[in-house]
Amino acid sequence: MLKYLLPLLLFTVLAVFLALGLNLHPGEIPSPLINKPAPAFSAPKLQTPAEKLSGADLKGKVWLFNVWASWCASCRSEHPILNQLAQQKAAIIVGLNYKDEPEAALGWLAQLGNPYDVSIMDQDGRIGIDWGVYGVPETFVIDKQGVVRYKHTGPVTPDDVQQVFLPLIAKLQAKN
Amino acid sequence: MKYLSIILLLILSGIACAGVEYRQFANSDQQEAYETLTSELRCLVCQNQTIADSNAELAADLRRQVYEMLQQGKSKQDIAQFMTDRYGDFVLYNPPFKAKTGVLWIGPVVFLLIGLIVVFLFARRKKTASVLQANTGNENAEKLAKIRNLLEKGDQS
Repeated sequence: MLKYLLPLLLFTVLAVFLALGLNLHPGEIPSPLINKPAPAFSAPKLQTPAEKLSGADLKGKVWLFNVWASWCASCRSEHPILNQLAQQKAAIIVGLNYKDEPEAALGWLAQLGNPYDVSIMDQDGRIGIDWGVYGVPETFVIDKQGVVRYKHTGPVTPDDVQQVFLPLIAKLQAKN
Repeated sequence: MKYLSIILLLILSGIACAGVEYRQFANSDQQEAYETLTSELRCLVCQNQTIADSNAELAADLRRQVYEMLQQGKSKQDIAQFMTDRYGDFVLYNPPFKAKTGVLWIGPVVFLLIGLIVVFLFARRKKTASVLQANTGNENAEKLAKIRNLLEKGDQS
């Protein structure tokens, strides 16, 4: 009896581990920034480089911080979803134009629409390092106190917007 | 000769690909710290490479960050802390021992112990089995002797 049961048992254990492995996302690295104050930054705006935007300017507001670049293919697939999200005006959307050429970035916004209330430039990727950015696109949700509440790695899908972003934004907006 | 040169080219192409920047260091300690750190930090884009090995843009940025921090006189611990604050323990090739990483550290020892126990149990079972066999062997010999005795002397009962 054991002779037949043992291989079956071994197979089941192996199958369970393999199934778990299939559903893991080793590419997604949990951010240590969650529930910590957002890293400080001060960077020139993409549209008006003479002006700067800093994290302190956004205190008291719920905002999304979306890392994007014109060279990033997944950002292109994410872009229409951000455009829709922007129309709902649930929260301010700040773009971090990561390691990009300003002309290319402006061209991209002109062509595909601009979901961002403001975009800032991070040409040498230093703000990206402070935020632990390792792949574009990435999207952070920051609350009124300036604390990072959520991080999404990879393109945001309509399901993510409905099931994660909008409920979380509503919750954070309701708080003082 | 042709094959040798092909093999050589293949070997050397790896070196040509690796991210190399020209860095100047104040002293050899600093250079050593730079080399240790870049070979202990994981490139988060290509997760099985260190930032010293990787040619990814992020790896180059992180190397620059390490270099600049060393120039500012930061210690190795400071820089490792700076990286973990931003990217988590995952950025370290040698993760610290914590509740979260416990399985990683203890797992191999546990598996080794399980293996040793299994080997021990099997060895013991085999030993008892062979002892048993030896015993039954003796019994058979006794029986045979009895039968022989009976045959030779006849049944006296």
